[in-house]
Amino acid sequence: MQTNPVIKLAEIHKVYHTGEVDVHAVRGISLDIFPGEFVAIMGSSGSGKSTLMNMIGALDRPSGGNYLLDGIDVSTLDRDALADVRNEKIGFVFQGFNLLSRTTALENVEMPMLYNRHRIQSHEQQERAMHALDLVGLSQRADHHPNQLSGGQQQRVAIARALVNKPSLLLADEPTGNLDSQTSIEIMGVFQKLNDQGITIVMVTHELDVARFTKRMVILRDGRIVTDEVVQNRSIAENELQRLRQEQQAVKLAS
Amino acid sequence: MRIFASLKIARRALLRNKMRSLLTMLGIIIGVGAVIGSVSLTSGATKQVEDQVSSLGESVITVFSGNFTSGGMRGGWGSAPTLTLEDTKAIQGLPYVVAISPEVRDREQVLANGLNWNTQVMGESPDYPQIRNWDMASGSMFSDQDVRSLAKSAVIGKTVADELFPNENPVGETIRIRNLPFQIVGLLAAKGFNLFGQDQDDIVIVPYSSHMHRITSRTFVNSIQVQAANDKVINLVQQEITDVLLARHKSKEQDFTVRSQLELMQTVTATSRAMGFLLAGVAAVSLVVGGIGIMNIMLVSVTERTREIGIRMAVGARAADILVQFLIEAVTLSAIGGCIGIAGGVGFSTIVAYLKDMPTVTPVAWIIIAFVSSAIIGIISGFYPAWKASKLDPIDALHYE
Repeated sequence: MQTNPVIKLAEIHKVYHTGEVDVHAVRGISLDIFPGEFVAIMGSSGSGKSTLMNMIGALDRPSGGNYLLDGIDVSTLDRDALADVRNEKIGFVFQGFNLLSRTTALENVEMPMLYNRHRIQSHEQQERAMHALDLVGLSQRADHHPNQLSGGQQQRVAIARALVNKPSLLLADEPTGNLDSQTSIEIMGVFQKLNDQGITIVMVTHELDVARFTKRMVILRDGRIVTDEVVQNRSIAENELQRLRQEQQAVKLAS
Repeated sequence: MRIFASLKIARRALLRNKMRSLLTMLGIIIGVGAVIGSVSLTSGATKQVEDQVSSLGESVITVFSGNFTSGGMRGGWGSAPTLTLEDTKAIQGLPYVVAISPEVRDREQVLANGLNWNTQVMGESPDYPQIRNWDMASGSMFSDQDVRSLAKSAVIGKTVADELFPNENPVGETIRIRNLPFQIVGLLAAKGFNLFGQDQDDIVIVPYSSHMHRITSRTFVNSIQVQAANDKVINLVQQEITDVLLARHKSKEQDFTVRSQLELMQTVTATSRAMGFLLAGVAAVSLVVGGIGIMNIMLVSVTERTREIGIRMAVGARAADILVQFLIEAVTLSAIGGCIGIAGGVGFSTIVAYLKDMPTVTPVAWIIIAFVSSAIIGIISGFYPAWKASKLDPIDALHYE
């Protein structure tokens, strides 16, 4: 491929100094992720996938090795510069949605723009937030509070929030962990649609079913990559939903 | 720094918890209200006293003659025959002296209209109403000519007029003092009671020359009232009077006393000022307690919103943004509380003024002091919680339960 990678990890190490024993969570990971990719990072708990996720998300710095995000060497930046990188380059989607309670969907989506280096006019913030909500199909619910929305809808708001600053990378941490199977497929459908529009997505998950919706699977064990392969028999959300509905009709769960 | 965005965030955060915001503000509201209320009431009281003192006359200096001591018996001020009309003339020639009145006092039984009344009979110069800042209700003051001719003219106060001439205008009537008929040429406007509870209207004023020759046959005066050009020169004039009298009396000991209205005013108002400072001090303590209340709530709020702080940091908030956000919340709370407190304090003192018929004055300086200090309390009490919030690690904050 001719294009530069969005993520270029070279021999990344991460050691936690907690108490007497040093924990070597990540032991030399090298990984290139290019624009337009849809990658699932998998592994059992303790495999180092959360640590890797935090470093890719510029929430944490590696103890050793180099990390280039969109050409910027993140491994040497200070706290404020990391915050700016997160604001401009990365959109986060969390397992627990992490929306601000008692704050409308629209205001939740506007929030990242409040921290932009360059001030964005109020009306432009609103337009961009509405556009992002439109992308995830929730513009009708802009003035609803999170407690008035279902889990799937809350996660869509979170995705809209992640997209609103036009990041180079969408980073999802167990995005379907709190959702039922049908809603999970719907959310994966949203990701697939966004990926089709050219958005690079990295997703951490431990569910193989969910990982099958992506294009590439990276499997970690004990802080190292053990498998890195293209997904065979990729699931397509629309087909899966149809199949699910047929099964539900068979047991009279839905009409 | 994105202050505008921080303001917006703080506004949303405070509106999300209206009841808590209000209760937090209450400490500041009560503190500022108490400060403004107590300052207003004591300023009002001080002003009342100042008004009373200035009703004695502005920039007035009084020269009392010294103590009279004879065979171990000591008279009070004004009892010794040390001040004379020549002293008065000498003082009159001093610079910055704009009005002067030698004063002789005596209590006499006065008769008129078949009625009689015991009252203070004063011998004064025509300058007296000017010195005392006293208007005439009707008629006019006697003249310099009356002084030169030992005229039997008199000006009477409201109380005397009421006692001797009920329901009629006394001007033009005659009163008898020691059986001498004095014609009433003027009625003084009512002045009420003075600081010491004396009825200032219970008075008859005649030319000092008439008093000294016709009523009491004295050669000395009890005191001399002097009006200086303004308050700034009052100390200078006081000093000059002292020098002139010392030189004239050729005595080693000072056989007279020079007092200014300003000194009297300072003595009297010092008490109410001290009271005011005491009250304001107590109120300031409650303001500090209010500040601690804000710090407490902000600390709770930081803990409660750890996850929110994590989310904000994850989407790109810098430590400074979080710091400013919480600081602005604290300052907004205390500043709004301060404004409500100022309004409450002014309202409270107005109600007290209305119910108790006391004058109240809210000095603008104190309103500014109250507002600024409540904002400063917000900054101080908000800083520690805000700093704590800004030091959170985004990963820990995101996983906080």
